[in-house]
Amino acid sequence: MTDLAWIEAVMVAARPQAVGALLRYFRDLDMAEEAFQEACLRALKTWPQNGPPRDPQAWLILVGRNAGLDGVRRRSREAPLPEEEALSDLEDEEASLADRLDGSQYRDDVLRLLFMCCHPDLPATQQIALALRIVSGLSVTQIARAFLVSEVAMEQRITRAKAKVGKAGLPFETPGAVERAERLAAVAAMIYLVFNEGYSGGEEAARAALCGEAIRLARLLLRLFPAEPEIMGLTALMLLQHSRSRARFDGEGEIVLLEEQDRALWDGKLIAEGLALIDKALRHRRPGPYQVQSAIAALHSRAATPAETDWAGIDALYQTLERMQPSPVVTLNRAVAVGKVAGAEAALQLIEPLADRLSGYFHFFGAKGAFLLQLGRKEEARSAFDRAISLARNPAEAAHIRRYLDRLTEA
Amino acid sequence: MLYAILCYNDEDAVWSWSKEEDAAVMAKLGAVQERLVKAGKMGPSLRLLPTTAATTLRKDQDPPLVIDGPFAETKEQLLGFYVIDVKDLEEALEIARDLGAVNPGGSYEIRPIALFNPDRRDKAS
Repeated sequence: MTDLAWIEAVMVAARPQAVGALLRYFRDLDMAEEAFQEACLRALKTWPQNGPPRDPQAWLILVGRNAGLDGVRRRSREAPLPEEEALSDLEDEEASLADRLDGSQYRDDVLRLLFMCCHPDLPATQQIALALRIVSGLSVTQIARAFLVSEVAMEQRITRAKAKVGKAGLPFETPGAVERAERLAAVAAMIYLVFNEGYSGGEEAARAALCGEAIRLARLLLRLFPAEPEIMGLTALMLLQHSRSRARFDGEGEIVLLEEQDRALWDGKLIAEGLALIDKALRHRRPGPYQVQSAIAALHSRAATPAETDWAGIDALYQTLERMQPSPVVTLNRAVAVGKVAGAEAALQLIEPLADRLSGYFHFFGAKGAFLLQLGRKEEARSAFDRAISLARNPAEAAHIRRYLDRLTEA
Repeated sequence: MLYAILCYNDEDAVWSWSKEEDAAVMAKLGAVQERLVKAGKMGPSLRLLPTTAATTLRKDQDPPLVIDGPFAETKEQLLGFYVIDVKDLEEALEIARDLGAVNPGGSYEIRPIALFNPDRRDKAS
């Protein structure tokens, strides 16, 4: 790795806290981003000579803040001054910045920055795009590539999302405990959206990178809130799912089902980290949906071969999840475990009542077809698979179902 | 003389490397280690998972308190260590410089070892 690559890694890592702090100073997202950008440019000039400073975050915040203030002063000569309240209290200008940046303030800065992206009026895709742009610092080009849209369209999408967030007003007061917990939950959901955007994107490298980014954000959140079992659960869940990324697609880019995956391709490092986090979370005895989902993923990770999978345990965990978070999709997932424990007939019975609510859901018809196939009800299986193909969201999903159909034709 | 080389670095930065960047650094470190192995100077070495996976037992109270996360919040975290068998500090420093040349950022703490117990899992009864 060159020094420059290392400097970039340091800046990427410092970004959430630096932009979060600058946002608190300037109370304006564009200004905070510009100030951070300016600080990075200056860092690129000075750091290569002496290496990054001991506290890169504090350096970037201080330099960014001064650069931002310079900008305000410069503009003020040409245009009317922004209202005084646009800038937060600046009496700390002379104080040592590093001393003032205690952990809890950092923590709320980053949480605010992440929380901003979770505005309820923003559709999921905009939340994701905004988080990737503002918090992760991905370029519009990179984000556009991940979403398979043009750069112009993505630029507009992000601009619109920013405008909406700006109009809504940002929460700058220090949050109380309840509010902080609510923000944390919203942020966790948003991070999982980022992950799923990458996870459902097939082999596409630009998309798959989103999984790594979501894990990075989750680790960051966990550093700030080290005793939150649901954040441990979320992180573990993503680590365990991501651990299988090399095994999930075959040479032709087709989906390989969990049971058919080459488990030697699973990433042991990610699994170890995921399992360790689940152990930590369990100690808190405050179960939640992410913890339960990660526990399910862990039962797969712990099985050396598909035959050793604890399907009864998975069934029980899905029942717990159904109670916490009733949803037809959860029941559908449980049906797979029920199919293993009690047979395809029992699984079909379980999913039959879901037909109305999941009539537009690819996986419902894929699973239904597979159960019917196991029972030898070929015609019904065929029509379920046909329906699944029509609902597939990407070529890999469609190709996967087509293999079932081929099997039906051969038999 | 046995020395430990304790590796400290900003884990946020290290864990934000891409897989390729990480693999490239590990390969270069591997080459340095290979030389030490051939010279008979290389003891055990290990790399730790992020501090978010850590748990701390504070034993300054009774009963000891279990806390999530690392022992201390620091700018640079302990990410791993090497054990090397060298003749003196100069040689240990030389090795640390070689490792440092291919692993950017952070610090190495070079610290003599007082007691060394090798892996004894095979002694189970």
